[in-house]
This record gives sequence, C-alpha cells and structure tokens, in this order.
Amino acid sequence: MSLERLNWKGRLTCFCGIVWREALRFAKQRERFLSALVRPLVWLFLFAAGMRTVQGFPPDPPYQTWISYEIYVAPGLCAMIQLFNGLQSSLSMVYDRETGAMRTLLVSPYPRWFLLSSKLMAGVAVSVVQVYAFLLIAYFWEIEPPLIGYLLVLPALILSGMMLGALGLFLSSAIKQLENFAGVMNFVIFPMFFASTALYPLWRVEENSPYVADILRYNPFTYCVELIRFALYAQVNWTALAVVAGTTVLFLGAAIYAYDPSKGMIGRKR
Amino acid sequence: MACSKCLGITGVSHTFGKTKALQDVSLDVAEGRFVALLGVNGAGKTTLFSLITRLYDNISGSIEVCGHDVRREAGPALAQLGVVFQSRSLDMSLTVRQNIRYHGALHGIGRREALKRGDKALERVGLLDRADAKVATLSGGQIRRAEIARALLHDPKLLLLDEATVGLDVQSRRDVVSTVRNLVTNQNVGVLWATHLFDEVEPADDVVVLHKGSVLAKGLASDIAGGRTLSDAFLLLTGVSETALAS
Ligand SMILES: Nc1ncnc2c1ncn2[C@@H]1O[C@H](COP(=O)(O)OP(=O)(O)O)[C@@H](O)[C@H]1O
Ligand SMILES: [Mg+2]
Repeated sequence: MSLERLNWKGRLTCFCGIVWREALRFAKQRERFLSALVRPLVWLFLFAAGMRTVQGFPPDPPYQTWISYEIYVAPGLCAMIQLFNGLQSSLSMVYDRETGAMRTLLVSPYPRWFLLSSKLMAGVAVSVVQVYAFLLIAYFWEIEPPLIGYLLVLPALILSGMMLGALGLFLSSAIKQLENFAGVMNFVIFPMFFASTALYPLWRVEENSPYVADILRYNPFTYCVELIRFALYAQVNWTALAVVAGTTVLFLGAAIYAYDPSKGMIGRKR
Repeated sequence: MACSKCLGITGVSHTFGKTKALQDVSLDVAEGRFVALLGVNGAGKTTLFSLITRLYDNISGSIEVCGHDVRREAGPALAQLGVVFQSRSLDMSLTVRQNIRYHGALHGIGRREALKRGDKALERVGLLDRADAKVATLSGGQIRRAEIARALLHDPKLLLLDEATVGLDVQSRRDVVSTVRNLVTNQNVGVLWATHLFDEVEPADDVVVLHKGSVLAKGLASDIAGGRTLSDAFLLLTGVSETALAS
C-alpha cells in the first residue's frame, strides 16, 4: 500500500465509509427505526391523553404564549430518541467488539481517536434522521415550531447526539458483557430521562422540591433537552450549549482513553 | 515500495495480570517467506498478533512492520499489514462486496477503486462468483477466503493469519493453505501463519516454535525436524504429550 493514502483525502474516505456502513446497517434494521419512532409517539399520545386536564404552562422562554403539555414534552422526546440511539450504538459496539468488527475498525491505519469519533458521528447522523421523522409526525399533532426552528435545531441535535453518543461509547468500553445492557437501561437511560426537564419545567419542580430541582440541574441530559428546546424555537440557550459541549469533550476524552491500547480495555474479555 | 524485512519482533513480553503470555519473543518475517508460528493452544500466538496489530500496546521490546515501529508510527505500520483474525470478523449481515468496500474505506481506498481491487482479490481466492452473497450464507471455508481477500485489498507487504484453517473441512483447509502459499510465491508478501497443525508446514518453511510464551526454536522446518517428523521434534522440544496435542 502506498502511504499517501494516510493523508486527509484518505481520512475523508474512511469517515464516509464508516457512516455508509452505519447507514446500511440501520436501513436493514427496520424494527429499530420503527421502535425508535413509535416509542416517543406513544409517549406523546399518552401525555396528550393523560395530561389533558393540565392547563399547560404559562409563557416561559423560549415559549412566548401559553403552551400545551404536548408542546412542552416534544423537545424532551427528541432528546430521548438520541439518548436511546446513543446507548444503542454503544450496545452495537460491545457486540462489534465481541464479533471482531471492532478489531476490523481498529486495524485501520488512521488514528484511533479519529476512528472512534467517526463511528460516533455515524451514530449521530442516524439519530438526527430519526428525530426529524418524529418532528414531521409531531407536526400533524399540532406541535408546530417556527419553520426556521427546524433548521436551527440541526446543530443542537448534532451536539447533543455527540454528547449522548460519547456517553454510550464510554459505557461500551466499560461494559464487559452484552447482558449488562438491561442494566444500562435501568441505571442510565431511565434516571437520566426522568430526572431531567424533559417532562416538567425546572420552575415547576422547584416549587415542589428545591432538592429534586438540584438533581435536575446536575443532570447533563437536562441541558440536551434545553438546547434542543431553545433551538427549535429559534433561540440559543448559552448555558445549555456550554454544558453540552463541555460534557461531550469529557465523555469523548474518557472513551478514547478507555480504548487506548495500553489500557487494554479491548479484548480483555475473551 | 519494497521492504526486505516485513516484520521484525525483538524481545517482546506481555503479561495479563499474573499470566506471562509472552516472554522475550523475537522473530523475523522476510519478504516472500512463509513463516509458521507453531504452538499449542495457550502458547501465546493470538496475544502476539494482538500486539502486532496494536490492540494492546507492547509493554516491552519492539515490533516493526516494514521498518515502522507499531507504537511510534502506527499509521504506516498498520497500512502495510493485512490480518485474518482467529475469530471471524466479517459483518455477517452484509454482502462480501459490501464488507470489502467498508474495509477499503478504512484504508482510505475510495468506492470504485475498492470494488475493482476487491474483484481482483476475490478472483485470486476463487470467490468472485459469491461476491454479492450475504456473508451469513457462506460456508466456513468461503468466509475464511473472503477474509483473506479483504486482508489483501490494500496490498499489504505482510499478512498475518491466526489459525486460519481451524474449523474447516479437509478440502477447505487445503484451499486456504494453497491460496496463501500462492500469494507468497506470486506476490512476494511475507506471511506469519499461526497454527497448531503440523501438516500445514512444509520443509522449506521457516518455523518458530512458541511454547508457554517463549520461543523454543527457530529455523527451517527441515532443520528443526532434523530427520524426524516435525511433530515428533515438537513433542521433544516442548515436552507436550501427544494426547495434549490432539485436544
Ligand atoms: N485477554 C486475556 N486476559 C487474560 N489472559 C489472557 C488473555 N488472552 C490470553 N490470555 C492468556 O495468555 C495465554 C496465551 O493465550 P493466547 O495468546 O490466546 O494463546 P494461543 O492463541 O496460542 O492459543 C493463555 O494462557 C491465555 O489464558
Ligand atoms: Mg489463539
């Protein structure tokens, strides 16, 4: 092989190949796509039905009018799609590691951080497609953010997708066995989702229990939700942006560290 | 680009906790040579391959692929390296061609070029007619040959194969072995062939006998055998009983 392929053009080819494979696998797993779509829609439906009695919430940024409960939870459900997706791709990475696909990836001559980040971005691309499909259906459910919001939410989705994907990547290096994914669901997905602002505004929680409100404040997932919520209504939540960006760097750094060959995380399990 | 010494391993040791998997291992693979790494299960063959492919960092000693240290110049070293792992590593849900295209991309080879090279490599291993079959529908021998085709895609100077024939029937085994030997003769690649099966070794091959993590003997197969059969010589060297070998 000629060593010229180690240049940036080669890297781009490599990146595209990783995204292509992820898309191909995703296209084959139609159930995964459907369940990723149906799950938030069911929730939306349940909340809409169950919370009909709730008046909705008074104006509070980024909303300028009274909003229904469905409108409030929609951004949280977008983030939920990404949370599931990020951890699902971590599951597939544990699986990859056991089937040898991880070895295939890591004998590529490009740097390991580049390979892992590419893999992460490929997962993010998939989750973004899922979120847009959800938003499209939700539109007919009278969740109608401004049109520009659909464009502005894209960078927010990419960033929050990266944060949740990096979390998944880090967990995948730490999870020793596939079965433990059930544990991840119980100990990561559900607590992160319920102890966030996905289902109830912070001020509402504060009224009832300042202590619980603090938990919400320390949950990075809260900031994914808020970043998406504000972007969808054409505003920037700078705190959320900073926290999500910082947390992404932290998780990604931890994941790359965990996949470092001298730590021997890969292949420790046989 | 030619490199006369495809693989140079000097004084490599590796431990897993208290297990000394490798102790002061040194060996070379020259261009156009078939080197058999002979050792029973647990000898440390796979561990050595993991170090060469940088799945673990080699803790001590040095490993060079075509003169590139795998730790300091991982990119150029891995670029010259083709691997067939002991465990299967193709994506079962994709076709052979899709797997090859993915592998090409991982080495910076674009779609068209990868497919062109892939067809050539598949032809070399006699699998072109199965190129669009899902990997899951192939036989064990065909999967191995597809993995070899994949490993050849980026024209590596060094090919590593870890127990490539295990679990194959007699005919497939013969096919895989002759495929690799042809590569050595015709493409001048260096091959490190890890195995515990003596009948895959020919008198003119280089042999490295690995036992409990240490190299017990190195040299031409005929010299190591020294008039006996290779398996008798191996038993004498290692003190392994024949029943243990069969397992
Ligand atoms: N990931 C690991 N963790 C702990 N011990 C290991 C691991 N991999 C291999 N070993 C040990 O190292 C030794 C060499 O194993 P291995 O390299 O797989 O041998 P071979 O491939 O020759 O059968 C064995 O004693 C094995 O139990
Ligand atoms: Mg082995």
